[in-house]
Amino acid sequence: MTALALPSQPAAPAAGARRIDRATAEPAWVRLALIGLALAFLTTFLFVPLAAVFYEALRKGVVVYARAITEPDALAAVRLTLLAAAISVPLNLVFGVAAAWAIAKFEFRGKNVLVTLIDLPFSVSPVIAGLIYVLVFGLQGWLGETLRDHDLKVIFAVPGIVLATVFVTFPFVARELIPLMQAQGVEEEEAAVVLGARGWQVLWRVTLPNVKWGLLYGVILCNARAMGEFGAVSVVSGHIRGMTNTLPLHVEILYNEYQFAAAFAAASLLALLALVTLALKAWVERRFSH
Amino acid sequence: MSIEVRNVTRRFGSFAALEDVSLEVCTGELLALLGPSGSGKTTLLRVIAGLETVDSGQVLFHGEDATTQHVRERRVGFVFQHYALFRHLSIFENVAFGLRVRPRSRRPPEAEIRRRVHELLALVQLDWLADRYPHQLSGGQRQRIALARALAVEPRVLLLDEPFGALDAKVRQELRRWLRRLHDEMHITSVFVTHDQDEALEVSDRVVVMNEGRIQQVGTPQEVYDQPANAFVYRFLGNVNLFHGRVQEGRALIGGDSVAVPAHGDTPAGAALAFARPHDIEVLRPRAGAQGIAARVEHVLALGSLVRVDLRPDAGNEVIHAELSREDARGLALAAGERVLVRPREVRVFAA
Repeated sequence: MTALALPSQPAAPAAGARRIDRATAEPAWVRLALIGLALAFLTTFLFVPLAAVFYEALRKGVVVYARAITEPDALAAVRLTLLAAAISVPLNLVFGVAAAWAIAKFEFRGKNVLVTLIDLPFSVSPVIAGLIYVLVFGLQGWLGETLRDHDLKVIFAVPGIVLATVFVTFPFVARELIPLMQAQGVEEEEAAVVLGARGWQVLWRVTLPNVKWGLLYGVILCNARAMGEFGAVSVVSGHIRGMTNTLPLHVEILYNEYQFAAAFAAASLLALLALVTLALKAWVERRFSH
Repeated sequence: MSIEVRNVTRRFGSFAALEDVSLEVCTGELLALLGPSGSGKTTLLRVIAGLETVDSGQVLFHGEDATTQHVRERRVGFVFQHYALFRHLSIFENVAFGLRVRPRSRRPPEAEIRRRVHELLALVQLDWLADRYPHQLSGGQRQRIALARALAVEPRVLLLDEPFGALDAKVRQELRRWLRRLHDEMHITSVFVTHDQDEALEVSDRVVVMNEGRIQQVGTPQEVYDQPANAFVYRFLGNVNLFHGRVQEGRALIGGDSVAVPAHGDTPAGAALAFARPHDIEVLRPRAGAQGIAARVEHVLALGSLVRVDLRPDAGNEVIHAELSREDARGLALAAGERVLVRPREVRVFAA
């Protein structure tokens, strides 16, 4: 047995051992195992459930599916879900950008408090979030009587659903933007101001273009959560069919009534909405990135 | 456009970045703010630009108080250390930015913007890069684009923060000569910040040496190099040897040797610090009657046109650095371990 091999004459590979083609690559079996593991995980937790939703929805035929999603209560739920998202996403877009801008580009007292507040909806259970609104705006709540005197309905009505959705989705845009903006620093903004740009011009021409992909991603996440939110909305909605039922609540009600095909049909609509959002994001990225 | 800074103080918490700084920048000159990091030079530049507020004091542009004037209205051109080019805009749009953000009434027509941008890109010799994006450019190219962008708004003064700091040695040399020529053509009042004494001495009309938030000396490169105001300036502008000794009747007494210091003819006798540049150190073979500091050769290193010799004096611990010309070194034929005499040809003395 030789103890030393000259560098110019690499020792012949031992019998059975596979040669490693590249210095940075792992052996084939490691690569296969890792890829296999990842695929198995994705299949079990993503592909199969997604496929199951559509399979179950269409199991009793297209007619049943079509009837389930065109029935007035289902349509009302879709409308309400889209409405809640259509109000809360733009609101959070504006608030999120404003908050992220303030936090990332300026120094001020109480900044840490603001950051913590933005994170609050993440750390609080959605049910509690809903309950907070019931306690404030509900009939027995702090503002309940005032609201009733002015004939305003928040809880068990659309405003309550929108409020709860805004609360739950608040961190998505801001959280996506803050690290990105902090990493980019303020030099470009300073350069813009020195060149004569006004505050709005700096925002539109420098800050926002620099974070557009992060912003888009934040909006997508925010939208997905806004359409899918269950807990908080469930508490404030009152589950009035055709009135205050969002799509996720509609799915639950149908499911509890053993209308599985209809429940899955409604669920498939939610899944479709999610897929459409993702497709839209991919398209925007491809279309506008250079 | 002249700039005047009057008694400006700026603190960050308990740290005084600028402490009662006063400075005048004359119209059309190229001034260097030179100092180690933390000396306040960048803060001073940002105060002039309006990017930093002052705790007290004034900034005047052409005799008019600009202390509370917004950055936007000061009409300064600022070149950032890391260029701060807008990464999502093409080179053309970067340079055009300052013109495009003007209010409609003062905004030049599109054709005029195009003409101006191409003119500036031609000035910095990068017209062919107009359609590229900042990340596709080298450091030196980005630097020149940043300059073109700053010049596009026809600034009254040009401020540059460590303009060559992030570039490699060769590009840096080329670019600073180019900047000097550019300034000679345009005569725009310019201030640049640097920590590199060669850069300051080579490029500028006048140098401001700063340390710990205070101005140590203002003068032409020749003045600050030949007549440093204090020990800090002397040490900062190049390598030095420090000798502890005495000053007496116009002579500095250092380790058994004495050197004439006419400037200190009237200074009362006392302890003093004497400084000598490595190129002012003479190395002699010991012979009878020769005066000097006895030392042993520690190290001989040939560096291009110079030979650097490290010498350890018999008394004291600090190594003496000498720089000899090639011929002198050849004549002496020094080798490590040999005993020699060291004489400073010229020293500058500051009270200890």
